[in-house]
Amino acid sequence: MKMKLIATALAAAVTAAPAMADLVFPSLSYRTGPYAAGGIPFADGYADYFTLLNERDGGIGGEKIQMPECETAYNTEKGVECYESTKGMGSLVYQPLSTGITYQLIPKVTADGIPMLTSGLGRTSAKNGAVFPWVFNFPANYWDGASVAVKHILDQEGGDISGKKIALVYHNSAYGKEPIRTLEELSKKHGYELSLIPVDHPGQEQKSQWLQIRRDRPDYVIMYGWGVMNQVAIQEAVNIRFPMDKFIGIWWSGSENDVKPAGDGANGYKALTFHNLGSDYPLYDDLKAHVFDKGLAAGAGDQHGTAIYNRGLYAAMLVAEAAKTAQEIHGTSQITPAMMRDGMEALEMTEEKMTALGLPKFGPEFTVSCENHGGNGFAAIGQWDASAGEWKLITDYMQSDQDIVQPLIEADSMAYADEAGITPACN
Amino acid sequence: MPDQLIYAMEVFLNGLMAGVLYALVALGFVLIYKASGIFNYAQGVMALFAALTLVGIMEGQVPFSHLINAMFGTEIHHFGWHLPALVSILLTMAVMVLLAWAVNKLIFNHLVNQEPIILFMATIGLAYFMEGFGDIMWGADIKKLDVGLPQGINTAIDETTYGWFGYGFFIDNLDIVATVIAAILVIALVIFSQYTKQGRAMRAVADDHQAALSVGISLNFIWVMVWSLAGFVALVAGIMWGTKSGVQFSLSLIALKALPVLMLGGFTSIPGAIVGGLLIGVGEKLFEFSVGPLIGGATENWFAYVLALLFLVFRPQGLFGEKIIERV
Repeated sequence: MKMKLIATALAAAVTAAPAMADLVFPSLSYRTGPYAAGGIPFADGYADYFTLLNERDGGIGGEKIQMPECETAYNTEKGVECYESTKGMGSLVYQPLSTGITYQLIPKVTADGIPMLTSGLGRTSAKNGAVFPWVFNFPANYWDGASVAVKHILDQEGGDISGKKIALVYHNSAYGKEPIRTLEELSKKHGYELSLIPVDHPGQEQKSQWLQIRRDRPDYVIMYGWGVMNQVAIQEAVNIRFPMDKFIGIWWSGSENDVKPAGDGANGYKALTFHNLGSDYPLYDDLKAHVFDKGLAAGAGDQHGTAIYNRGLYAAMLVAEAAKTAQEIHGTSQITPAMMRDGMEALEMTEEKMTALGLPKFGPEFTVSCENHGGNGFAAIGQWDASAGEWKLITDYMQSDQDIVQPLIEADSMAYADEAGITPACN
Repeated sequence: MPDQLIYAMEVFLNGLMAGVLYALVALGFVLIYKASGIFNYAQGVMALFAALTLVGIMEGQVPFSHLINAMFGTEIHHFGWHLPALVSILLTMAVMVLLAWAVNKLIFNHLVNQEPIILFMATIGLAYFMEGFGDIMWGADIKKLDVGLPQGINTAIDETTYGWFGYGFFIDNLDIVATVIAAILVIALVIFSQYTKQGRAMRAVADDHQAALSVGISLNFIWVMVWSLAGFVALVAGIMWGTKSGVQFSLSLIALKALPVLMLGGFTSIPGAIVGGLLIGVGEKLFEFSVGPLIGGATENWFAYVLALLFLVFRPQGLFGEKIIERV
C-alpha cells in the first residue's frame, strides 16, 4: 500500500513538472495584494503571448512552452521564494515585475547562471553587461525615462528650458529615487530648477505634496509612482487644476488604472512608454483566433489592449525572440539558461522583425551586446484621451541623452563591481 | 502678512480636514474596542470590503463572476442595472450587517472568554480572509466610485481668502463634505450611546460583560450591533477614501493612518478619535510644511507615530482613554 502511494505521488510529481525538452518561462506574478491591479494585466499578457505561440506555432522552434506561475503578491520575500521554487524546473529566464525582487535576485541569478530581464525597472546600471552578465534591462531603463521626459519638455518649450521649474513627485523608495541623479545632471545641462517631492508608501494621502506644488507653481511635474500613489496624485493634480499636459508619469504611472478614477479631469495626462498602446495590431487577430476565442485567455480575459497587458505581451515577445536567437546560435531547439543568455545578448529587434510578428511599430528598434544589456534607451510619450477612454502615442520613440545617462551607468556599475569584487569582462 | 504664515494657515486647515478623514477610520476601531475589548485589525479591510460592495451593487456587478465563469464556462459579468447611490448604500449596509452577524456567529462566539491577544489574532485572520474574499467576490481592478460627492477646489474659499490675503486657499470640497458627515456621525453615535436603550446596553456591555448578561442584555445582539455600526463607519470611510483614490486594495492600508490617532485619542473615546485625528492631521501637515523641506520631506507617516508616542509617554491611556488601574 505504502509503495503504491509513493508510486502515485511520484507519478503526480513527474506529470506536474514540465517535460525536460520544454522551454520554461516562469511568471513571478502578483494577482493579489495592493498592487494586483498592475500585476494582473502584465501576467495575463505574458501568459497569452506564450499560449499563442504554443497554439499557433507549436511553441518556439518546435519546443512547447511551459509557464509555471508563482504568486508573489509584490512581496520581495515571496518573490525570492518563487524564484527558489521554480529555478529547478529548467527555467530559462525570469522577469520579476518588481524592483525590490529584482535587487534580491541579481546575486542569485548570477550565481545560478539564469538570465533575468527587467524591462523598464530594476537596477538601471545593470545595462552594463560586463558587470552584470546575467541581468538585462532592454529596451529602456528609469534613467532613460527621466531623460526622455526632459527631452519632451524641451520639445514643448522650443528647446530652451533654462529657468523653468520641474518638480519630481516620487515614491519614497529605491525605485522612486532612481531618476534623481539623472534629473540633477540634466538640470545642470539645461538650466532648469529641479524640486524633489517625495511621497511615502503607499501614497494614499498627498495633500502636503500637492499644496507645495500649488504654492511653487512648477512648469512641469514628472512622476515616478506606483499603485495607489498614481491615482491619488492624478486626482490631486486635477483638484489643484494643474495642467494635465504638463504632468508626465513614468511608464509605471501610465496605465488605465491610474487615470480612470479621476474621470474627465485626467484628460491630457501624459506618460512615458517603451512600447505601443491599444489593440490595433495583427497580433491581436491571432490572439483572438488562437487564444481568446478558444477560451484559453489568462485570468478573466478582461485586460486585452490595456497598457500593462501590452507590456506583458511585449515582455514575452522579447524573451521568445531571444530564445529563437539562442536556438539559431547554438543549433538546437532545446536550449539551456546559458544558451538563453547568449540569445538575449545577441538580440536584435528591428521594425521588420516586429512587423513579421504582427506588432508593427510596437516598440523601438534596438540591439543588445555584452557591453550594452539595456538597448538604445528609446521611449515615447503617450497621452490619455478621457473621452475615448484610451491612451494614444503622441510622439515617436526618442533616445535618451546618452551623454548624461551613459557616464552615470558606467559610474554606478563600476561602483557595484568594486563593492561585489567583480572584474568587468566581455568575451 | 508674511507669505509663509499665510501658507501655514492653509496647511493648518488642510491638516484639520485630513484629520477628519483619519478620524473616520479610527471611529470604527473605537466602537468595537469600547464594546467588546477587541482591537479590530480588520477595520481597514472592512472599509475596503464595504467600498467594493458599494461599487459592485451600484454598477450591477455579478459577485464571484470570475469564479462562476471559470467553473461553468459562462460569460456573465453584470446584471445590467445601475442603482442610485442611496439605494446602493442601504443595500451595502445590509451586507455589512450580515457580515457582522457572520463574524460573531462564526468567529467570536467561539472565542468567548479568550485572552485579548487571541481575539486580536482572530481579527488578523479575519482581515486576510476578507481581503481574499473581497478579491474573489468583486475582482482586483481599480474601481471608480462616484456617489455624487463634490470634489476639487472650493472656489468660494479660494476667492474669499484671495480677497483677504492675495492668495487663495485650497480646500477640497470632498474634505468639507467629509467633515460635515463626520460631525453628524459623531453626534449621532453619542446620542445613540447616551440616550437609546440599545446604546445604554452597549455601554453596559462595555463596562462589564458579566453584569450586563446578568440583567438580561443579550451579548450576541450587542456585539452584532456594534460590528454593524463599525461596518457602517467603515462604509463611510470607504466612500470618502474610495472617492479620492478609486476603490482598490490599498484602501485597507488606511488603517495605518488610524493607529496614531487611536494612540493619541484613546481606544475607548468617540470624541477622542475626532480630537486625535485633528491633532495628528494638523501636526503631521505642519511638520511636513515647516521641517520637511529641511530633512528631505515625506515625514508625515513617521511623524504621526512620533507625535502619538510623545503623548503616550505622558498619558498612556491617550487623551480621552479610560485610565486602567489594576491593584495587585
